[in-house]
Amino acid sequence: MPHDVEKHSHSLLPSDPELKVKALETALVKRGLIDPAALDEIIDTYQNKIGPKNGATIIAKALLDKNFKKALIGDPMQVLEEHGFLGRQGEHIKVVENTSKVHNIVVCTLCSCYPWPLLGIPPTWYKSDEYRSRVVREPRKCLLEFGVTLPKNTKVRVWDSTAEIRYLVLPILPDKYKNFDEEQLIEIISRDAMIGMALIGDSS
Amino acid sequence: MGGRFGDGTVQPGSITDKTFKEEWHARALAVTLATGSLRQWNLDMSRHSRECLPPKDYCAFSYYDKWISALANLLVNKGVISADEFLNPILKTHPLSSRKLLAADVAGVLSKGAPTSRSVEDSPKFLVGQRVKTRRADNKFISGGHTRLPKYVERCEGKIEICHGAHVFPDTHAHNLGEQPEHLYTVSFLASELWEIPENPGDTLCVDIWESYMEPANVP
Repeated sequence: MPHDVEKHSHSLLPSDPELKVKALETALVKRGLIDPAALDEIIDTYQNKIGPKNGATIIAKALLDKNFKKALIGDPMQVLEEHGFLGRQGEHIKVVENTSKVHNIVVCTLCSCYPWPLLGIPPTWYKSDEYRSRVVREPRKCLLEFGVTLPKNTKVRVWDSTAEIRYLVLPILPDKYKNFDEEQLIEIISRDAMIGMALIGDSS
Repeated sequence: MGGRFGDGTVQPGSITDKTFKEEWHARALAVTLATGSLRQWNLDMSRHSRECLPPKDYCAFSYYDKWISALANLLVNKGVISADEFLNPILKTHPLSSRKLLAADVAGVLSKGAPTSRSVEDSPKFLVGQRVKTRRADNKFISGGHTRLPKYVERCEGKIEICHGAHVFPDTHAHNLGEQPEHLYTVSFLASELWEIPENPGDTLCVDIWESYMEPANVP
């Protein structure tokens, strides 16, 4: 529907967003259009079942096993299917590898597209105007705000998720963690590192 | 908003932050996902509904407030419920209630997703490595309609990096004009092409761009 005929019925709802949600939920439940138990189930899924540990599991394996890494970069959907990591907002995943030459960062400037099955629901900062507007123009300044400084000769490559392809960053494993096993690696591969806004081992 | 000036520093937050800062954020997300099962709109329509919020609301509303407000507009504009029902809910079974998402089906629906890749007969018009130029970032079918070409890369030259095969075309899909799948590409742009004063001229932006958003660049 074009802008000129769009009706803005939302203005009839209470302005407090908490009351706004409640009013909408009540109206829909009364008409039998949503099931409160289904809402609880959706919330439980993203609060407790799907989160960055999924992504860290895949990344840890890729850092430990060259063949796994090759498969993950070459045919990610096949690998993710084998691990049961498919789902909504993860229908088309691409893994981008950081090297000494290129550092990858992921953003969605148009909304907040994000690989849900691998990282869960995006953090507030990823959805913020500040990140979405600035990281495409000044990625290095944004990285500094996250405490990350890149070597001067490392190029930055920002991936703007404008379609349905969802990007996951494969970070560099610093030498001091080379003897870590899979379980230990999963602990230190942060969500932010898989977005490209942290390095492995950073406290964030 | 990509490339816009004036926004402040990014606040990284902490790993101990909750998935949903407020309980109502979780409800807003869940109501939005659950109503998708009524099949009265698609993903592109719901994105467009958020973009159609009046600019002053779009700027003032928090993230999930945009979601819930856009959902309210979709429900009314698609004729699912009337705006009166927001204030005076009616206890009456809706004809679409048979499509209601049930708790038992949530896991299946969320793990299935909805791929947007499609098979098409046409082969890709552009080859990896080819130079291309984007067009104006406007919907060509509907004035003010949905498009996924960001303003900051409009009329810019870049290079084809990846061909992803054909995907549903948002510019038509958001407006009941069908899926009209087109080849989708990742196109890289040098920072020096996009910004008058780039932070680092050799850095690149990779943007996913549908075929009809581009033409071959003039080779000098």
